[in-house]
Amino acid sequence: MSQLSSKHVIGIEHLTVDDIQLILETAQQFKEIINRPIKKVPTLRDITIANLFFENSTRTRISFELAQKRLSADIINFSSSSSSVKKGETLLDTVNNILSMKVDMIVMRHASPGAAHYLSERIDAHIVNAGDGTHEHPTQALLDAYSMQEKIGDLKGKKIAIIGDIMHSRVALSNIFCLKKLGAEVTLCGPPTLIPKHIEKLGVNISHNVDETLKWCDVANILRIQLERQNTKYFSSLREYALYFGVNRKRLEKLEKEIVIMHPGPINRGVEITSDVADSEHSIILNQVENGVAIRMAVMYLLVNKQA
Amino acid sequence: MSDNQFLNGKQIQLTIERLSREVIESFDFTNTVIVGVQPRGSLLAEKIHAKIEQLTNQKIFFGKIDTTFHRDDFRRGKSLNAKATEIDFPIENKNVLLIDDVLYTGRTIRAAMDALLSFGRPTRIELLVLIDRRFNRELPIQPDFIGKSIDTIENINVEVNWAKNNDEENEVIFVHE
Repeated sequence: MSQLSSKHVIGIEHLTVDDIQLILETAQQFKEIINRPIKKVPTLRDITIANLFFENSTRTRISFELAQKRLSADIINFSSSSSSVKKGETLLDTVNNILSMKVDMIVMRHASPGAAHYLSERIDAHIVNAGDGTHEHPTQALLDAYSMQEKIGDLKGKKIAIIGDIMHSRVALSNIFCLKKLGAEVTLCGPPTLIPKHIEKLGVNISHNVDETLKWCDVANILRIQLERQNTKYFSSLREYALYFGVNRKRLEKLEKEIVIMHPGPINRGVEITSDVADSEHSIILNQVENGVAIRMAVMYLLVNKQA
Repeated sequence: MSDNQFLNGKQIQLTIERLSREVIESFDFTNTVIVGVQPRGSLLAEKIHAKIEQLTNQKIFFGKIDTTFHRDDFRRGKSLNAKATEIDFPIENKNVLLIDDVLYTGRTIRAAMDALLSFGRPTRIELLVLIDRRFNRELPIQPDFIGKSIDTIENINVEVNWAKNNDEENEVIFVHE
């Protein structure tokens, strides 16, 4: 196994277990490279990659861009706020115009679920989904799995809790697919209004009690309350949410064991997680960011490799 | 001994022994590190490193380098699987003894030197190979220490097989493509 099964990385749902393992193993080598005195390799020297961000992003965009630069790819950046999308151009037209300038790979973030899949059926270049609405965010799930493995070893049989706004989170869905494929047990925890109906069909446990969930798990991946996607009130106030579901030091001190704390960022400090937890020695939040570059290098490297 | 065998375990051991002594002759090892090219060159490098440490009775830095991300044949046929690079010492101003099992076109060594330079600027790099396939070079690269030279035609591959535990079972063979 040295090739991905797919030409695109649209979602974890469509990757095989072998694909996931291959990406995680390859990322290991790239992590070594980005810690060298000279962090750049010439691997993608003649490849052009377009980063299309139709939705805001800091971490993911910088991480992808850095990964591309470390691989020596040529890159063009596009953000919808300063482009012809504002003049009414369709997604397909925008992308086709960019492709006719000879681009090999598209990294796209879009507010509509399925946008990356839609493109992959219509164009020839490799597509990497950098988040499509509330659907999937595959590279985040891969870097989360990598960071967990780095901390606690093989994930088979490990207990992972995903706490917070499951309903609006593409990170949650990608994480569920990825963790299940790697053999972990997953519990989702949050207020009933923020947990989608029927999600237990994906083979996950549901809990509404954060203390019990923390007691159960080896790793707690805490998600942001996505206020920008919530057009109705799902809970009475942020204060109430923090009181019932916020992870704070007092809750962790009640546990008889140490658990690993993760957060995909950006953090609402004092809402889903308090600063003393986010900045504690149990938190691997900044490791996640570092590993993100290595994972994205691995994904793009393997996609180009697939062409061979 | 099968007809496609070129060197058997005993012969390989003798060659390694001789190469180690040759290397000791030209390096003082106060400022020299040994680096094997992944995946197969590092197995040979491990043996030579152990031998030299034993003969000189001193600790010598040893590392492995993977060339995958520096290769020029990426996207030109075969898919490449990266192995670990382990160089946890500085190579700035060091003499580097680079070791691979078979030298053929020279492209792997070119990539290995490129990869090495991301760890600093060595004073010099010298190349040791177990098998030198002469007259097949595509780049101006020549080894400084040679186990055995062979003249082969293009559609014959030379493979070094390292047995798991028993050095007697190591062998160098010809494989028809």
